[in-house]
Amino acid sequence: MTLAVIDSGGANLGSVVQALHRIGAEATLTSDAATIRRASKVILPGVGAAAWAMNALREAGLVDVIRSLEQPVLGICLGLQLLFEGSDEGNADGLGLIPGRVRRLVGGPGLRLPHMGWNQLAWQRDDPLAAGIDPDAWYYFVHSYCAPADSPACVARGHHGDDFAAVVRHRNFAACQFHPEKSAGPGHRLLMNFLES
Amino acid sequence: MIGEGVAVRIIPCLDVRGGRVVKGVKFRDHVDMGDILERAAAYRDQGADELVFYDITASPEGRSVDVAWVERVAEAIDIPFTVAGGIRDVARARAVLHAGADKISVNSPALARPDLVAELADAFGSQCVVIGIDSIRENGRYRLRANTGDPDNMTDPDLDTRAWVERVQALGAGEIVLNCMDADGVRSGYDIDQLADVRGICDVPLIASGGAGTPEHFLDVFRRADVDGALAATVFHSGQIEIPDLKRWLGEQGVRTRTGSVAS
Repeated sequence: MTLAVIDSGGANLGSVVQALHRIGAEATLTSDAATIRRASKVILPGVGAAAWAMNALREAGLVDVIRSLEQPVLGICLGLQLLFEGSDEGNADGLGLIPGRVRRLVGGPGLRLPHMGWNQLAWQRDDPLAAGIDPDAWYYFVHSYCAPADSPACVARGHHGDDFAAVVRHRNFAACQFHPEKSAGPGHRLLMNFLES
Repeated sequence: MIGEGVAVRIIPCLDVRGGRVVKGVKFRDHVDMGDILERAAAYRDQGADELVFYDITASPEGRSVDVAWVERVAEAIDIPFTVAGGIRDVARARAVLHAGADKISVNSPALARPDLVAELADAFGSQCVVIGIDSIRENGRYRLRANTGDPDNMTDPDLDTRAWVERVQALGAGEIVLNCMDADGVRSGYDIDQLADVRGICDVPLIASGGAGTPEHFLDVFRRADVDGALAATVFHSGQIEIPDLKRWLGEQGVRTRTGSVAS
């Protein structure tokens, strides 16, 4: 199996590659279109702003490459948000693979932004990513924007002031808003599930 | 439990000198506490929600953290961690984040040059930018101190803590760690009054630091100061408080904590 982690120029993409090493998977951090197309599985990570990341993908000529991938793809954090049509963050276009728009999380008294820390999920239906994981397990989140919980692609909801899509699946594309690479045992298992699916 | 939002964070802080974990006695005479990876892995297994590594020699001596140990930690640890100490420009911050740190924490260099906060937020996003603040009670007000890692070189930036908290948020800080120096090392409880005061003007996550001695101190600071996390060193390093016991007890008191298996 070959595993490509798309280099979108974010700050700490190394964490994802290191997590994959812990599992025993060799991953290539790359922005090369041919390497990404050839890979048997692809991970789209991302931290930072949506407009900035989309710009980096555009400049690397990767927007249409990602849209046309047919192998299993896992988006992480911003990588989930980019699958949607667009984001209110900097009024950015998305990859447009999933209908819907990314909006800012609800703030207010007792609701700090960014949503930073460990939280649980409300699974809406079975998903291969969740195989063998306690449904009450905790995952580590860091984000200020979120995808709509009422999207048909949403398989698990998160909650911070309001519900949002924490795990989505659409065709060969799956994604999680939290960071599995920083979510201890449950995150480790979720990444294993992706590699084994 | 689902639907109640994010859990409070229990955060052991590890002081690092020369790639080893150390513990100072009254800020001096640092005692070797062991290998970084061993300590970090033990805390991860006990259910620590996050770790902070503070290079206590970095800022006063005008040098930066060695990135090699950051890489070793990132390879071994699957919970988030922050690196503090000697980060004074975007290039250095980038090196630490690329080595695998999730966040960088800046204290004295931000006081010396506040624009650094905005530069870091622009380059990496606010979620990576923690501002550490050392604050002391002085004539009925909360006032800042800088370069507190070295008692001989500690300086007074002549600033009110509240004004600085507001300023760094406007500049793009994503989290604030407030170390209350009057409480630090005394283990008689967090400085609830000060933390509650700052909470009132802090819209980003606020982490309490300084004073933890008993489980009740943690309960107090979450209930009465509404902080998002509590940082402590001595009580965890000494084994006086075991993290799984602390989190279970806090949960029984109605504080939302992350519990359950962390094993893979």
